[in-house]
Amino acid sequence: MAAGTHRRDRGPGANSSRNDWRSAGATFIALILASAILVSGAPAEKHLSVYSVAANYSVPIVQREGRDYVGLLEVLEPLGRVSGKADGTRWRLRYNNVEANFTAGANHAQVMGRDADLGGKFFLENKRGLVPVGALNSLLPRILGGPVTLHELSDRLFIGSVATHFTASLASDDPPRLLFHFSAPVNPSIANEPGALHMTFRREPLVGPASPTLTFGSKAIPSASYSESNGSAVVTVKTSIPVMASFSNDGRSITVAATPTPQAGSAPIPAPPSPQTAAQNTPAANAAPANVLPAAVPHYFAVVDASHGGDDHGESLSSTLLEKDVTLALARSLRQELQSRGISTVVLRDSDANLPLDQRAIFANADHAAIYIALHAASSGHGVRVFTAMLPFGSDDHGPFRSWTTAQHDWLSPSQSTANAVAGELQKRQLPVKNVAAPLRPLNNITGPAIAVEVAPQGADANQVMAPDYQQLVTSAVATAIASLRDQLTGAQPQP
Amino acid sequence: MIPRHLQIALAVLLAAALGLSIYAWHVRKTVAATPVAPVDTRPLAPPVTGPTEKVVLYVAQDEDGTLRAQPAQIPMPSGRQQRAEELARALISLYLEKNSPHVIGAGTEVRSVFLVDPGVAVIDMNGAFADSHRSGVLVEELTIASLIHTISANTPNILRVKILIDGKERETLAGHADLSSFYEVAAVDQLASQLQAGQ
Repeated sequence: MAAGTHRRDRGPGANSSRNDWRSAGATFIALILASAILVSGAPAEKHLSVYSVAANYSVPIVQREGRDYVGLLEVLEPLGRVSGKADGTRWRLRYNNVEANFTAGANHAQVMGRDADLGGKFFLENKRGLVPVGALNSLLPRILGGPVTLHELSDRLFIGSVATHFTASLASDDPPRLLFHFSAPVNPSIANEPGALHMTFRREPLVGPASPTLTFGSKAIPSASYSESNGSAVVTVKTSIPVMASFSNDGRSITVAATPTPQAGSAPIPAPPSPQTAAQNTPAANAAPANVLPAAVPHYFAVVDASHGGDDHGESLSSTLLEKDVTLALARSLRQELQSRGISTVVLRDSDANLPLDQRAIFANADHAAIYIALHAASSGHGVRVFTAMLPFGSDDHGPFRSWTTAQHDWLSPSQSTANAVAGELQKRQLPVKNVAAPLRPLNNITGPAIAVEVAPQGADANQVMAPDYQQLVTSAVATAIASLRDQLTGAQPQP
Repeated sequence: MIPRHLQIALAVLLAAALGLSIYAWHVRKTVAATPVAPVDTRPLAPPVTGPTEKVVLYVAQDEDGTLRAQPAQIPMPSGRQQRAEELARALISLYLEKNSPHVIGAGTEVRSVFLVDPGVAVIDMNGAFADSHRSGVLVEELTIASLIHTISANTPNILRVKILIDGKERETLAGHADLSSFYEVAAVDQLASQLQAGQ
């Protein structure tokens, strides 16, 4: 009995002891995990986009006690004269003639002697004051003396009447075009994916229409929607056809239109194999006839392609000069030179937009341009390089059918003639020239005469490639050569 | 009521966790403050020893954008694949020298070269090769032409070449030269002739 009692007494005690040890073990593991999370990398950095008449900028958002905070000095510095002075737990802010007093840990502040609710604790760190992002809506109007609108969920702050509005309307062409009109110039990043085109406005104070979704009753372009997140506004256009965006009216208008399709009787356009269809299609089905004549009348004589753009910066020629910006300036200069010689020209990327290589080739092929000219810039070496396509091994070539990667094959001869003429014209202007083939996309995907021109400085200063005089020297030589080949290029035929 | 020995154990564990956190924080700061080499420069394979052989390397020249044939005496193993690898390594070593005529990024290494019949060579370079390569059409083209032409000119019967980075396909070398397709050796040979002629 005594032994039984002893066992009974001991049994629950042992269980309790085991449970306690389990609890302690779990606590220990939890602590270790918490420590690991603490010392591991911080989550992705958030920013508050601020739009004002003085400047559009962004400031980092930090997390304190699970809430979003910003430094008040960082928000106000671009807007006017601002200073902060710490005295123990107190912090005095002076913006122009406005004075505000904050106390670390307090939920309220005094602005010009009047109480202001912060909606959360004030933090004082390294003599800089942090306030909850949500507090800006009530705090800033008192400090700045004007209206402020905070889109707290998307971290966007509008100071004053700076918002850019837009309208969207569908032109009933065939295929239809969607026309966006903006109240101020815009320059969004544009990205395409199957079924949708996204325009992301990071620097523009774009605000949405009354209804975030606009419907157009078109099968090709059924709707467009507006959304905001992480300091950006995004307009997404739903499409059932491949589309491109083009800018006009000094950046106040964007037209989303179908990528041009070949005219009746013209050669089918080789399309890039997609991962989804590649497995289903036979190589021959993916290929395109290479020796069929293209349409006789091109929409544009010349397609000028400003290489790179958007997230693709190309080479960083200097700390402040990106290749994508140089190529855009060169493209606009070349367009002007060509048009002044009576040559109709389109610039493929006339803004800082993402444009995939395949889409550049599809546009040039569909338009049956007489000449495609891709522009590049480099800091290494000297002078100008003129390239024609160096074709890769065409694993999908079948008789007269060419794969997408070797679509240029039958046009190499007119391409090389054009490159020779351009190189000759550049040499006449005393510019060092190199004229070779290059494994450079999308030259190999173009079904027509195609060259690429890479502009490097004449001396050691990479910034020369952005100099208008130098750019004009190069582009006028290219335009003169193209103009001299006008008749040959118009009648250029594929040579299998 | 938690027994005293458990309270002590929990306190010890808490102290240990705190100590570990402080130590981990200190280590993290130390690592962040310690300058590290931008790339792993350790060699991937031991140097080859043995009888040397005269080969021709096709060396890119940044100054005038050309390729120049440069005789070299390098140790060459007997295997065809190992020979191709050594040729690539000899060329890369030359580019990594202080006064190289064609600068490539520190840490560039040839991981391996595979010869697959019939006539296919796969050159597998490490990540530093592409990540640290200068961007530009001509400068990238010179690297590729020199690498492929050096291997194909010294190793008969190679018809096509594929360049991989860390064993994987990459779109371009540094934003321009296409790495997504197979290079036709005949086309590269023609390009090499153009570049040697200084066109």
